[in-house]
Amino acid sequence: MSGTTVPLPPIGFADRVRTWWVICRTALAERMAYRGDFALGTLMRFLPIITQIFLWGAIFDAIAETSPGDGTPKRIGGFDLAEMVAYFLLTMIARAFSSMPGLASGIAGQVRQGEIKKYLIQPIDLIAFLLLSRVAHKLAYYAVAIGPFALVFFLCRDYFTAGFPPPHVMVAFIASLMMGFLIGFFLEAAIGLISFWMLEINSLVLIFMLFSFFLSGHMFPLSLLPEPIGWYVNLLPLKYLAYFPAAIFLRKIPDDELMTELLIEAAWLVFFVILCRWMYSRGVRRYSGYGG
Amino acid sequence: MPIIEVRELTKYYRVHRKREGLGASFRGLFRREYTEVQAVKGINLTVEAGEFVAFLGPNGAGKTTTLKLLSGVINPTGGTATVMGYVPWERRNEYRRRFALVMGQKNQLWWDLPAQESYRLHQQIYGIPDDRFRHTLDELTDLLDVTKLLGQPVRELSLGERMKMELIAALLHSPEVLFLDEPTIGLDVIAQHTIQQFLRHYQQERGTTILLTSHYMKDVAALCQRVVIVAGGLVQYDGSLAGIVDQFSGKKIVTLQFAVGVRPDDLARHGTVLETQWPRVKLGITRADVPRVLAETLRDYAIEDVSVEDPPLEEVIADLFHQVS
Repeated sequence: MSGTTVPLPPIGFADRVRTWWVICRTALAERMAYRGDFALGTLMRFLPIITQIFLWGAIFDAIAETSPGDGTPKRIGGFDLAEMVAYFLLTMIARAFSSMPGLASGIAGQVRQGEIKKYLIQPIDLIAFLLLSRVAHKLAYYAVAIGPFALVFFLCRDYFTAGFPPPHVMVAFIASLMMGFLIGFFLEAAIGLISFWMLEINSLVLIFMLFSFFLSGHMFPLSLLPEPIGWYVNLLPLKYLAYFPAAIFLRKIPDDELMTELLIEAAWLVFFVILCRWMYSRGVRRYSGYGG
Repeated sequence: MPIIEVRELTKYYRVHRKREGLGASFRGLFRREYTEVQAVKGINLTVEAGEFVAFLGPNGAGKTTTLKLLSGVINPTGGTATVMGYVPWERRNEYRRRFALVMGQKNQLWWDLPAQESYRLHQQIYGIPDDRFRHTLDELTDLLDVTKLLGQPVRELSLGERMKMELIAALLHSPEVLFLDEPTIGLDVIAQHTIQQFLRHYQQERGTTILLTSHYMKDVAALCQRVVIVAGGLVQYDGSLAGIVDQFSGKKIVTLQFAVGVRPDDLARHGTVLETQWPRVKLGITRADVPRVLAETLRDYAIEDVSVEDPPLEEVIADLFHQVS
């Protein structure tokens, strides 16, 4: 052996970037350890959209029967049938960015079983590490899901009656997807970090998922909500997880409000980043290092 | 200058007290009762660079809590500690790149991936230059004889193999201070021996400062010059392994082998009769009385053989633990 210990060289920015890359690669390799389960899980996510198409078809038919009107397409909450289906297809994309399966419960499990110690001992930041692993998981997911996504969108192309939105809307749409991913991550990580105070957070996660299901626009477009409920829900950050990107794409948000809305979203993102950091530093201080 | 300095270190946990029964659980939702558990009550310790120190103590004595405090996993209630000049619970990256903690019951490696992948990640996290990483890894896998297992998912390895892999992960960045918490727990005799051998060799070559907790006296006897006994959250003894017997056991064990047919029935007046297997009798005798008892018995009875021994270390320590708790 080489005798006395030589100090390690300082870590520069390039080394950091390389670390991020290796974390991504390792998380990706781990994902691939159970390819079969992963691929099946990915494909099953497309099933609900078929039910949605049938359900909303039936609802619009029923309305057309009870009030025949002048032949113009019926609208619910500002959406006609084609837009409604397009909306659900688009929220599927939004959810593909913003949903974080197992993040909160994963953090809680690590706190409870003491695996979180690893991040306290090693020169690495837990939240950054989880974020990078999540990026890797998402990339793996897109790699598998892009085929089925393309097929579904191709089959449903007729529902997109307005065609592709203009470039500036497209940019806003992509920006909202990216921020949706980050808000989804930091929001759910913050819920997971509650486990520093309450060891068992499963029911809390369940409640959050329930609220998120209705109030993010995953179940129905938020513009369907009656006032003043709609006004309040609109103030919540949950809409960025599903409704907001789809609404941008379908041009439900007027051009002159687009920038403001995106800035509000960015402000929410900053809020959740700070909340997460604060909770982590407070939580670690009261952590008692469970499990041996 | 000492590498580890601990002064009056305390750690109290507030534990929610659960009472039995559904009604009590329900009331507990509204009015929580807490009890304070004093895991570490004021530990003082100074360790010089290059020492190999063993922490001994019964379960719940505060050994692991002390290691957790020194590795910065938890914050203390009071007192101070520095390791290589750093305050552990500040968790500075410079500190974290210079020590390692191995827990026998926890793994740091990715369960579904070959250890090799985890090592590469470690290399990045700790910022180990390529050539140094390869050199260290070759050396460690060679010493522990696990080169062939590097490419196998960790979940497929045996407990002993996994422990070796964990050790390698902890040593890749050549830590100057190493905390080992029960590194041989649950391992068979051969694996225990391999790990002991490895640790001894590694420590001698590198001069790494090591703090080890273990329940296996063999680990301790094989590795550590210095033993710190922790019980009831306090340091009860700090010195050599042999010194424990001198300090805590006032007794010697005298074995007398009598001539055929000699069966005295008054031996209990000399001390405690520990074992009777005619013609051999074992007596526990207060140390100061040994010369007198030997003289008297040799004078009074026909005796063929005599031996005087220290009581077994395990027993002395068990007695000591018992007294403290």
